[in-house]
Amino acid sequence: MDEMVRSAPKDKLIKGATGDWEVIIGLEVHAQVTSKSKLFSPASAEYGGAPNDHVSLIDAAMPGMLPVINEECVRQAIRTGLGLKARINLKSVFDRKNYFYPDLPQGYQISQFKQPIVGEGVVYLDMAEGEQIAVGIERLHLEQDAGKSIHDQHPSLSYVDLNRSGVALMEIVSKPDMRSADEAKAYVTKLRTILRYLGTCDGNMEEGSMRADVNVSVRRPGEPLGTRCEIKNVNSIRFVGQAIDYEARRQIDVIEDGGTISQETRLFDSRSGQTRSMRSKEEAHDYRYFPDPDLLPLEFDQPYVDALAAALPELPDEKKARFVADFGLSPYDAGILVGERVAADYFEQVAQGRDAKAAANWVINELFGRLNKDGVDIVESPVSAAQLGAIIDLVASGVISGKIAKDLFEIVWSEGGDPAEIVESRGMKQVTDTGAIEKAIDEVMAANPDKVAQAKEKPSMAGWFVGQVMKATGGKANPQAVNALLKDKLGLE
Amino acid sequence: MSVDEATVRRIARLARIAVNDEEAHRLQGELSVILDWVEQLGEVDTAGVEPMTSVIPMVMKKRDDVVSDGAKADDVVANAPVSEDHFFVVPKVVE
Repeated sequence: MDEMVRSAPKDKLIKGATGDWEVIIGLEVHAQVTSKSKLFSPASAEYGGAPNDHVSLIDAAMPGMLPVINEECVRQAIRTGLGLKARINLKSVFDRKNYFYPDLPQGYQISQFKQPIVGEGVVYLDMAEGEQIAVGIERLHLEQDAGKSIHDQHPSLSYVDLNRSGVALMEIVSKPDMRSADEAKAYVTKLRTILRYLGTCDGNMEEGSMRADVNVSVRRPGEPLGTRCEIKNVNSIRFVGQAIDYEARRQIDVIEDGGTISQETRLFDSRSGQTRSMRSKEEAHDYRYFPDPDLLPLEFDQPYVDALAAALPELPDEKKARFVADFGLSPYDAGILVGERVAADYFEQVAQGRDAKAAANWVINELFGRLNKDGVDIVESPVSAAQLGAIIDLVASGVISGKIAKDLFEIVWSEGGDPAEIVESRGMKQVTDTGAIEKAIDEVMAANPDKVAQAKEKPSMAGWFVGQVMKATGGKANPQAVNALLKDKLGLE
Repeated sequence: MSVDEATVRRIARLARIAVNDEEAHRLQGELSVILDWVEQLGEVDTAGVEPMTSVIPMVMKKRDDVVSDGAKADDVVANAPVSEDHFFVVPKVVE
């Protein structure tokens, strides 16, 4: 590990019995490459399937089978490297990583060891209070996934399905640049966003498309790095945070009790929220890497990379900067909107030709709030961008009040339809007719003579009248008109 | 370069090959001779020479991303000592 690493600010230190501790975190994220077929075989890479149905004789490691690389997986790895602002290596080498396990029929995993396809890059994290953190990327390499063992079908037997065997993975290794569970969670979230924008990994953590190995060590501020433990295969962003919090505390307790940390692999148990030792020392792995003699070096030229770079979509950092510059949004709002590409596209459609800040408020507060409440994904939003735009137009032109607009949003959400027609047919239009408003005010005043008297002494009472008038008009009265007329009638200045 | 018997046993274990005492002793000699023989290559000065990856200069063949194999679970498990519902069945392995 690099000793020239950043020091955590004071508020990110963990309190121990004997003083403060700094937690040092690095992540290895395994991301499944979005492709139709596997890395070295033409069997389907699709998730699921009947047992051993997406398996060719290559994936089952039958004698004499030879791997042939899927060029799309190479392109996806390069695209990802470009998205991580990383160096692309025009020549890389595939190695065999040797170990025995029933779900690894070859007896080795084809991976990249000394010469990966992608070198150093960087991912920027926007933390709360405007803090920006740069997390270095050490490397990205292509490798095969293993099959799946199922242990709960039989008391003494395991069932092996090779459907995942040979599916292309990108292992993305960060530098040990994170200093808190929140930073690690922000990193995985940002990485997932970038991969989804690029279309190189679907980021579906439930289906195992993204898994993280989390390296954690602790030290007293300013001291050399401590011994790290690796927590394997953490499969949700929330668990990444929990695993780090537990593991950092465990290591601090061990050291403060006079013990030492031994470098080991640990498992995170999501039910107990704890990590436990996984492999004993005498089983220490010796992978005996060597270049795969079945595969030539992977080579391509710079124009090949340049063409892929030219075709990249706008990435979240650039999109955010554009939203701030062109639409005048706050960095915070822009950050929320660019989290998912579909959400950003939705916002842009709503903002087109309208007040962008109003559009951002509606999308973030009303739409996202409603989507969260019902657990609906934005691609299935019952309110389309066009419908939301129409609602905003009705407010902007004074046809409906902001309050009625929220009711209208609710109607469109549950019933659909053209917002303008709904306003028309259900009489939701704002009442700007002074005669009608005056009538409502007169009625309220006549019914509450005591309050009228009070209001003359205490002008803030006017607010109570506004409320009553709005209530009497079903919220449809134009608030500005009500205010102006009320002041007049109550004799206030 | 010579290897000791412990190294022979470790290599055998990593390769999942059972060796008895007599074999380990014999292999210790054989492996040491083989390693000595390979070590002679170290005498050649290869500074600045790229590792040769093929006899004729050639680029790696690449495939288009097309699914054209699979759906042959019967064949895949045909030689398995034990299988059930197209799963390979093995002694329980849990870490």
